[in-house]
Amino acid sequence: MNRLVGAISAFCSVCFVLAGLWLGSANSPAFAASEAPHTGMQSWTFSGVFGHFDRAQLQRGYKVYQEVCSNCHGMRLLSFRNLGEAGGPEFSEAEVKAIAAGFQVVDGPNRDGEMFERDGKPSDRFVSPFKNDNEARSANNSALPPDLSVIGKARGLHREVPWYLAPFNWLQEIAAGYQEGGADYMFALLTGYAEAPSDFKLAEGMEYNKVFPGHQIAMPPPLSDEAVEYTDGTPQTVTQYARDLSAFFMWAADTKLEQRKQLGFRVMIYLLILTVLLYLAKRKLWSRVKH
Amino acid sequence: MSHESTYKPNSNFEKWMDERLPIIRMSAEISSFPTPRNLNYLWTFGGILTFCLVVQIVTGIILAMHYTPHVDYAFDSVQHIKRNVNFGWLLQGIHMVGGSMFFLAVFVHMFRGLYYGSYKAPREILWILGVVLLLLMMATAFMGYVLPWGQMSFWAATVITNLFSAIPLIGESIVQWLWGGFSVDNPTLNRFYALHFLLPFMIFGVVVLHIWALHVTGNNNPIGIDVKGKQDTLAFHPLYTLKDGFALAVFAILFAWFVFYAPDYLGHPDNYIQANPLQTPPHIVPEWYFLPFYAILRAIPSKLLGVIAMVSSILVLFILPWLDTSRVRSAKFRPLYRIFFWIFVVTCLGLGYLGAKPPEGNYLIFARLFTAYYFIHFLIVIPMLGLIERPKPTPNSISESVLGKSKGGGGQPDAVPAAPENR
Ligand code: HEC
Ligand code: HEM
Repeated sequence: MNRLVGAISAFCSVCFVLAGLWLGSANSPAFAASEAPHTGMQSWTFSGVFGHFDRAQLQRGYKVYQEVCSNCHGMRLLSFRNLGEAGGPEFSEAEVKAIAAGFQVVDGPNRDGEMFERDGKPSDRFVSPFKNDNEARSANNSALPPDLSVIGKARGLHREVPWYLAPFNWLQEIAAGYQEGGADYMFALLTGYAEAPSDFKLAEGMEYNKVFPGHQIAMPPPLSDEAVEYTDGTPQTVTQYARDLSAFFMWAADTKLEQRKQLGFRVMIYLLILTVLLYLAKRKLWSRVKH
Repeated sequence: MSHESTYKPNSNFEKWMDERLPIIRMSAEISSFPTPRNLNYLWTFGGILTFCLVVQIVTGIILAMHYTPHVDYAFDSVQHIKRNVNFGWLLQGIHMVGGSMFFLAVFVHMFRGLYYGSYKAPREILWILGVVLLLLMMATAFMGYVLPWGQMSFWAATVITNLFSAIPLIGESIVQWLWGGFSVDNPTLNRFYALHFLLPFMIFGVVVLHIWALHVTGNNNPIGIDVKGKQDTLAFHPLYTLKDGFALAVFAILFAWFVFYAPDYLGHPDNYIQANPLQTPPHIVPEWYFLPFYAILRAIPSKLLGVIAMVSSILVLFILPWLDTSRVRSAKFRPLYRIFFWIFVVTCLGLGYLGAKPPEGNYLIFARLFTAYYFIHFLIVIPMLGLIERPKPTPNSISESVLGKSKGGGGQPDAVPAAPENR
């Protein structure tokens, strides 16, 4: 009986990991969502056990953020050096320096006690567009554009399922290592602007958005086709911009994602071998006693 | 069933030590502790829990070296740990997931106790210490959740501390005393940090008592009858250490899966938004392991009665050993209790599910039904069952049930070496 339970749990853990590896491998059919509906799980290179970022995509995402979103949104937790670090957009050292130097950073006080401005260095934090929340509000019709450093993790998509399906839903999401809700939401939000239905009362200065809670958002549609120039031939469409931005924000919120998944794979293999060895040792030892 | 000491110091140094601090004797006794030969894998969860506690303490101490308990810096300092501290993302992930794993293990551990009647004489104190551990764990987890100072941290702290205001007359003053001010603020965060650092060590102390009590009464076992003699037991080491080790490895796989592939799955996205006292999130939900209790709290329309019900749902466990009128421990031989046990499991799972749903409509109706059954189970079903149930005949001894009648009681223990190197 005990032996059976032991064998079953060893077997189950192997199955669990294998199922996860399968479900979690980025482009498994279970999750390759179609393009058509923009709300729902998208297919991302960074999902699943072998998930990793697409450098070019992150670089494009940064470009769009920089040219469009950074007019209203800061990312105060990121430093320019992060843009060059492994597992991120991996801009070259020279590029990072150039990007940083493009910003004026307040430093000081100097020997006379005065604050002064200087060119940015890779170790500086991203520069926020507004000095404080009040300034941000007053420039945005009293709405506050949130800091986007961790937005990739601060939002999620909620799948409503009947109670009897809930456990299966959880198991499926856990086995797939589903952590991309933030990116899914961002993508849906940025592509979710639409004409308000005729019976919907939109307040002054507000926009209709299909996924924003309450459907009224104070952010004007930030993207339009051809607004940002891509030099690598990627289509310059709202959908593509939204996709690249979502990936960029996911990385920004989880800069160690690749390191985590790579180390995780090694730890999993190690634990599996350890488990099997312990099971065999245990079985050998227990075969000598009645229990 | 504390056993005679069989340890013989076999060197002059050991003898010398033994007369001064018999610590070698103690570890020898723990490793040869006579353990029922029929324990199943549900008995591995105590070891798993001990592992969880050590993991939380070790990762927690390192996190504390980098964390800043201040309303303006706490949120950013957690991000700093994840972004800039060497392997900070790993430590933070283990600590965060570890809390959930700890509760997962403790719930299994407790349902094991309920199923096999481990709370009954002579293990009442062992059980009560367990309930104390549960309460300490809950307090620790609650205060730990406040530290990252996200929206859920702040609002969970506000909702839960506000429960004390339901106490008539002095409630308001108690809440302000807990807060150290007129709302959850920097003083609250600081004291929660201090207590979150302290409580795990108190848990550690109570675990020592818990295991001490275990070594006085000995383990219960799946058939729930007392150990009658040597033929019923096996030395703890190496048989049970290996079995525990194997179970722990399986548990570690699940643990690692969450840490590496779904670290935020069990948390709430809102906690990645810095706390904002001026903006209430649309749904305030506690961590998953508090959901059954939260469901009970909200099932009752009066705040005071809700708080009383929620607290009682745990306090009732303290008197469980005296509520149960059945002398038979294991549900294996209790045909009726076995059915009600599973109904109770479904009740708890149902409450957990409903704790995450808004308290309205059908959700509220079911939350009330389950809450009512939760208490009926302890206060009516369990006392009654002992009186009306006809238990199945129990075997005469553990060895008889394992080895078969003919060999039972022969006093012929298997030739299992206590230490494999003596073979
Ligand atoms: C003109 C200023 C402005 C620009 C440019 C802008 N935003 Fe916003 N954004 C806002 C404001 C204002 C809000 C707050 C909306 C609200 O609370 O209704 C907001 C909110 C958001 C939110 C939060 C939505 C939520 O779920 O709460 C996200 C995400 C966001 N913006 C992303 C972006 C991205 C990505 C870009 C660049 C493509 C961008 N924004 C460009 C002003 C701007
Ligand atoms: C920090 C949390 C806890 C730790 C570290 C812990 C540890 C242990 C250990 C190591 C054992 C012996 C091995 C085993 O039987 O699994 C044990 C047994 C036991 N524990 Fe716990 N425990 C904890 C919480 C609890 C709780 C919350 C309860 C119940 C309310 C509980 C009730 C019991 C009982 C009744 C036994 C004896 C079981 C038997 O032998 O059948 N424990 N515990």
